[in-house]
Amino acid sequence: MIQADLTLILPELVLALFAMAALIFAVYAGKDKLAAPILWLTAGLMAVLAAWIGITGEGSRTAFGGMFIDDGFARFAKITILLSAGAVLVMGQEFMARRDMLRFEYPILVALSAVGMMMMVSAGDLMALYMGLELQSLALYVVAAMRRDSVRSTEAGLKYFVLGALSSGLLLYGASLVYGYAGTTLFTGIIAAAGEGQAPIGLLLGLIFVMSGLAFKVSAVPFHMWTPDVYEGSPTPVTAFFATAPKMAAMGLFARVLHDAFGGVSADWSQVLALLSLLSMFLGAVAAIGQTNIKRLMAYSSIAHMGYALMGLAAGTAFGVQAMLVYMAIYVTMNVGTFGFILTMERDGQPVTDISALNQYATRAPGKALAMLILLFSLAGVPPLVGFFGKLYVLRAAYEAGLAWLAVAGVIASVIGAFYYLRIVYFMYFGEEGEGLDRSRASVPAGFLMASAAVMLFGVVNLFGIEGLAQAAAAALVN
Amino acid sequence: MIGLEHYLTVAAVLFVIGIFGLFLNRKNVIILLMSIELMLLAVNINLVAFSSFSGDLVGQIFTLLVLTVAAAEAAIGLAILVVFFRNRGTIDVEDVNVMKG
Repeated sequence: MIQADLTLILPELVLALFAMAALIFAVYAGKDKLAAPILWLTAGLMAVLAAWIGITGEGSRTAFGGMFIDDGFARFAKITILLSAGAVLVMGQEFMARRDMLRFEYPILVALSAVGMMMMVSAGDLMALYMGLELQSLALYVVAAMRRDSVRSTEAGLKYFVLGALSSGLLLYGASLVYGYAGTTLFTGIIAAAGEGQAPIGLLLGLIFVMSGLAFKVSAVPFHMWTPDVYEGSPTPVTAFFATAPKMAAMGLFARVLHDAFGGVSADWSQVLALLSLLSMFLGAVAAIGQTNIKRLMAYSSIAHMGYALMGLAAGTAFGVQAMLVYMAIYVTMNVGTFGFILTMERDGQPVTDISALNQYATRAPGKALAMLILLFSLAGVPPLVGFFGKLYVLRAAYEAGLAWLAVAGVIASVIGAFYYLRIVYFMYFGEEGEGLDRSRASVPAGFLMASAAVMLFGVVNLFGIEGLAQAAAAALVN
Repeated sequence: MIGLEHYLTVAAVLFVIGIFGLFLNRKNVIILLMSIELMLLAVNINLVAFSSFSGDLVGQIFTLLVLTVAAAEAAIGLAILVVFFRNRGTIDVEDVNVMKG
C-alpha cells in the first residue's frame, strides 16, 4: 500500500531529495563555486523527470487515500512546469554568473518550488493543495529577494511576501469554510457535498475565498497589484521564472479545484471567472501601454494572458480546460523566448530594461530582432503564428459555452493589447538612432529565443500535436 | 451555551481585523506580519471549531499543518525584512516605494 503510494509520487520525491542532498552537499563542499554545476544538474534532472513522467505515466491513479492524484491533466501540467523551469534555469545561468548573483541556493530553491508546483497540480485534498501552494510560494518569495544587496530586489521580495501571505490567508479561510460545510477536505467528498446545482451557501462562500486566493497566484485583476513591482524588482532570470512555471501551476490548480471539487456547481463559479477574465484582459492591455520598462510591460502582458487562460476555464467544459492547457503551453513557450531576449539586453555589461534602448536594434542584430518580432506578433495573437491559435481556442471555448460577450470582449482587448507589442517592433525597426544596446555574447538565451520563435513559426502546421495531449488531459479532469 | 456560530463569529472578526491591519496600517512592516499571523490564527479557530463540532479529526490535523507552515512563513518574512532593512535603513510601510505600484 505505502509502496504503491510512494511509487506514484516518485518524480516529486526524487526532485525533493535531490534538492535537499544538493543543499547539504553545497554547504559542506564549496558553496557558490558549485552553483553552476548544481544549476545544470537541476535543469538536467528536471528534463529527465519530464521525459519520465511523459513516458511512464498512464491512466488515472490516486495515492495516500485520494490526497494525491496522478492523471493525464497533472502529467501535462507537470511536464510543462518542469521543462519551462529547466529552460529558465539554464537561460539565466550566464546572466547571474556574470553579475556575481549566482548562489547555489538559487537552483535548489527553484527545484523546491517546482516540487510544490507538482504537488499543486496533483492535489486531491485541501491540505495537499495548501502544502503544495506554500512550498511553491515560500521558495518564490526567497528567489524574488535573491539580490540581497539591491533595494529593488528586496523590496520585490517583501511586497511579494506580504501580498502572497494575504492570498494564502484568503485561500485558507475559504478552505476552512469548505471543510466546515462539506465535512471533509477531500475533493471527492466536497463534490459530493456540493451536489448538482444547489450548493449550501457556506460552501459557496468558501469557494469564493478559495478563488480569490488562487486569483492572487495567477495575478488576475483585481488581485494583480503585486505583479508589476515584483517583475520589475526581481533579477531578470527570476522574473523569467515567475512568468512561466508558477503561472502554469496556479492555472492547473485552479482547474483542479474547480472541476474536481466544485464541478457540480460550475454555473456559480463560471460567472466569477468570466468577470476576472474580462477585467484582466482589459487592464493588462490598457495599463501596459504607458510602460517604458520591458519587465513591467511583460508583467501587464502576463496579466492579460492570464485573462485569456481564465476565459477557457470560465467555459466550464472539457473543451474549455483543453483550450486553457493549450493556451498556457503556448504562453509559457513564448515567454521563455521573450525573456531569453530580455536577458541579452545589456549595455556596457549592465542589464538594460528600458524599451527605448531597443531603438534601431534591427540594424545591429537582424537575426535576434526578427525572432523577437515573431514572438511579439505571436504574443499579440497575430495570425498565422501559434499565439493566434491559442487565442482562437479559448475564444471558441467561451463562445461554445454561451459566453459570446466574453469572446467579443477578448477580441477587443487583444486588439488594444497588440498596440504595445507592436510599439516594441516599431522601436526595433523604425526607432530613432540613439544609444543602443551592446552586441551580446550570451548565446544560451539567444538560442532559446531562436528556438521559441521557430516553434511559434513552424508550430502552425499541427501545434506539435499538443492539441491531442491537451484533449486527453482535459478529459481526465472533467468527467 | 456557546455554539459553533460563536466561534465562527470570533474567527471572522479576527480575520477581518487581520485584513484591515494589512491595508490600513501605514507605519511598520512588522505590523503587517502580525496581521498575517492573525489571519492564519483566525483560520485555525475556524478549523478547530468545525472539527470539534462535527467530531471529525481532519480539521485539527489541518490546524497543525497551518501552524507549521505559518511558522515557516514568518521566518521567511522576517528574513526578507532584515535584508530589506539593511538596504533601505527603514521598515516603514511608506518607504517600501522604490517602485511605484
